[in-house]
This record gives sequence, C-alpha cells and structure tokens, in this order.
Amino acid sequence: MRDKLPPEPPGSEVTPEKLYVRRREFLKNAGLFAGTAAVVGGGLYLLGMKRTRPMDGFVPDAGAVDQPVVPAQGLFSTDEPRTPYEDVTTYNNFYELGLDKNDPARRAHLLKTRPWTVVIDGEVHKPWTVDVDQLISAFPLEERVYRMRCVEAWSMVIPWLGLPLGKLLDRVQPTSFAKYVAFTTLEDPEQLPGQKSPVLDWPYVEGLRLDEARHPLTLLATGLYGKQLPAQNGAPLRLVVPWKYGFKGIKSIVRITLTREQPPTTWNLANKREYGFYANVNPAVDHPRWSQATERRIGEGSRRPTLPFNGYADAVAGLYSGMDLKRDF
Amino acid sequence: MASSKLPWLNPAIAVGGLSPLLLLAVQGAQGQLGANGIEFALNQTGLLALAVLVASLACTPLRLVTGWTWPARIRRTLGLLAFTYTAAHFLTYAVLDQGLDARAMAEDVFTRPFITVGFTALLLLVPLAVTSTNTWVRRLGFPAWQRLHRLAYVAAVLGVVHFVWRVKKDVTEPVLYGAVLALLFAVRVGEALRKRRALARERPA
Repeated sequence: MRDKLPPEPPGSEVTPEKLYVRRREFLKNAGLFAGTAAVVGGGLYLLGMKRTRPMDGFVPDAGAVDQPVVPAQGLFSTDEPRTPYEDVTTYNNFYELGLDKNDPARRAHLLKTRPWTVVIDGEVHKPWTVDVDQLISAFPLEERVYRMRCVEAWSMVIPWLGLPLGKLLDRVQPTSFAKYVAFTTLEDPEQLPGQKSPVLDWPYVEGLRLDEARHPLTLLATGLYGKQLPAQNGAPLRLVVPWKYGFKGIKSIVRITLTREQPPTTWNLANKREYGFYANVNPAVDHPRWSQATERRIGEGSRRPTLPFNGYADAVAGLYSGMDLKRDF
Repeated sequence: MASSKLPWLNPAIAVGGLSPLLLLAVQGAQGQLGANGIEFALNQTGLLALAVLVASLACTPLRLVTGWTWPARIRRTLGLLAFTYTAAHFLTYAVLDQGLDARAMAEDVFTRPFITVGFTALLLLVPLAVTSTNTWVRRLGFPAWQRLHRLAYVAAVLGVVHFVWRVKKDVTEPVLYGAVLALLFAVRVGEALRKRRALARERPA
C-alpha cells in the first residue's frame, strides 16, 4: 500500500453546501451588477459625448506674422483681461465646420486657407481681385483688443490683428451709388463639410451699411494673439464689428461687394424674428427666447451686465441716431 | 431560480446612471469642462434628464412588445434617476448660471416660453418622485397612482419642446427624442385599444 491519504478535514471546517452555492451566486450577481452598471454608465456618457466636449490640451497651429504691427490703444484696446488663446481657438461658432463649439477646431485642417483669392467688386471705381497675402501686405497691420459678444449671451476679449475695412474701401473707391457692403464666405462643401447639411442657406452672407463698414472700429481680421488667424476663427480673412453680435463677423471671406440695396444676411434669412440686419448688441432688446441683459464672459463664473453697443456706444451710437433700435434690431 | 429576483439589476442601474453625473461634478470642480463649463454642464444634465426620462417611459412598451418582465422592475429607478438629472439641471441653472438671482429667474420662468416649459416639466416630476414609493402606491390606490404617473409623458413632451426651443438652428437631436416618445406613446395607445376591443368582445350582447 502507498502512503495514507491525508486525513479528511473535520466536518466543522467544511463549507456548508448552502453557503458554497451562495458564494457562486454572489460572484455571478457581482459580475452582472458591474457589467450592467458599466453599460448603463458608459451608454449615458457616450450619449452626452455627442454634445460639446472640452478639448484636452489641444494646441491649434497658427503661423507667425512677419509684418510690423501697430499696437492697439485708446478706443481700439481695453484693460479687461484677454480670453485665453486656447478658449478663443476651441470655442467657436463656425457651422461650416460643425455645429458643436469645438467642431471647428477639430476640423480646421480641412480648410485650405492658402492660396486664397478675394474679389472686391460692385459699386466701386476700382474693382480688385487679389491674393489674400498681397491684400494683407498692402496695408499696415493693426492690433485691436475688442470685446466680442455672441448672440448666445457669452463673450470674450480678443486681441485681433488686421486692417480697418475703411482703408480697403478707400482703395477700391466706392461709387456714389454704394450704400451697403455685402460679404460672402467660401462655398466648398469639401473644405467646409457643414455646407453639406441644409442647416443654413450656404454660402454664409453678411452685410453692413457703408457708414458702419467705414467706421474705424470695423476690422478685417487676419490674425489673433500676434499670430496668423486659425481656420476655425475664420482664416484667412474675417470681419470683426465689435459693437454687433458675433454672427455679423463673417468668416473666411472670398467676396466683398458694394451694393445699392441692403444685402441679405444669413441668420436674418434663417429667422427674421430672432436675428435682425443690424444686430447691434443691445441689453434692452431680448432675443425672443432668452435675455440679452447679461452675458457670461468666458472664463468667469458669474454673469455680467451687457452694455449697449457692447460698450462702444460713445463711438458708434451716432450711426443710429433717429432710429428705433427696438424695431431695427 | 434565485436569478429571477435579479437583485443586482436596480443597484446597477442606479450606480451606472449616476456615474456620468458624478464625473461631471468632479470634472467641473477641477475646471475641466472647457471654455464654457456651465453651459457644458447645463447641456449634459438636460440631455441626460430627457434621455433617462424617455428610457423610463420605454419600460412598459418594451414589456408589452417583448413579454419580458425585467423592464418593469427598473422603471422606478429610471424615473428617480430622470428626476435626479432634472434637479441637477435646474440647480446648475439656478445656482451656477443665474447665481440665484431671483428676479432674473422669475423673468425667465414667466416670460420666456423656453424656460417656462422646462420649469413646468420639473414641477410635474416632483409629485411623481414623491409618490414613487410602495407606500404611496397603496395610499393612492393603484388606478389613481397610475393616472397620476401618466404625467411623466407630459413632462417628457415638455422636455422635448424645451430642447427644440433651446437649440439655435439644428433640431435633429430633439426631434429624434420626440420621435422615440411618439413611438412609445403609439405602443401604449395600441395596447389600450386592444384591451378595449377584448373587453367589448367579452361583454355579453
């Protein structure tokens, strides 16, 4: 015979069958619990992910500007803290590159901003079709630190680079018939995939009255924070009208046409009741669905009061004397 | 079989369902919600409130169509979860967005339809959350309790309207939720008609 088998454990040490079965049951239930919780939590998380996501450590690339810059001062600057570059370049409304705020930054690479031709025509004595770099180098580059107030009730402070639109208009010499300036964004659904969906009428168009366009505050921006304009901010050429809601600041402009009649504007076409031609920042005229009395400055916790003409009333209110701004909003 | 009790099911729904809210709170406290964190938190809590509310309304239609019984077991948990997200959504608005400015909030609630419908949906969900216990089912009697809890459908419709009026232009997502809701409602109406016909057949002529 071989060695004896080890002694059987005493009955007191044997796990009762009931408990042994319960342990397996417990492990099975724990597994099902964890699996279901993960599926439910993960599912809800992904559902929410579809909406505006913060972008971690995203650094958009923007080229240096090799032109002397006239620094901003007086009316053209502000002491208010500037909105961080990362926020300015990742929180954008540019539906041609997507509807969520950070879609434009994600898809910026799709838009080829060079070479780029700009056509200036219509009621002008000297129509001009020009390469954008040639256009930019034809004028002194100016820095402008402006507040920007979006119609959605948030705001930023942005140090732009660009050329006053008035200087460009002086060069092309508007005729005496010119009363308005119409702007058009590039139309190319391959580069601007948002144009494949009919959420707005494409291409995006905007317009100003000639006196608004010639106002010294009105800027054709070509850069921000001392660098070239990133595509998501409307490169290579975008309009900045600091006393108007942000949607007036048409991006990626290919055509500037002087007209006799008031030109159509995209958001006004989309919803006449909610978005007027003038779109001057006005805390006294609410958006039909939300208040315009206050705004959230990006990076700040509590809301701050919105100022008439976005704080530029002294400089621009005269443009609208005699007008009913509640009617012509 | 013990698994017919599915003891893990409701805890799993609760823990899984609350985890995105917890994550949001942690990320928010660390300032990791992007340029406009408050808007982000509002969008997230609002969307998940509607999604979970619609899920809670899907339980009975799912049971009717498939014959499964487990959807009925998680209905209350989903309903309470939807209320939790709705409350979180409102608190984000009231405390973080409006800074508890009572005048501004009253103006919103009474003069802006977009806020009025959202706020109404929240109010409708309060009695449903309160009467979600077995004690309340007994106290009200099941038929009355059932009638009261049909308000969940009204709240969900108001939630969809709130969502549609919230977006600037693209209504695809809110319309999708509206379509799901309509489908669920159609299943309920179909079932009610089928029951009524069955009852009519049984009744002696």
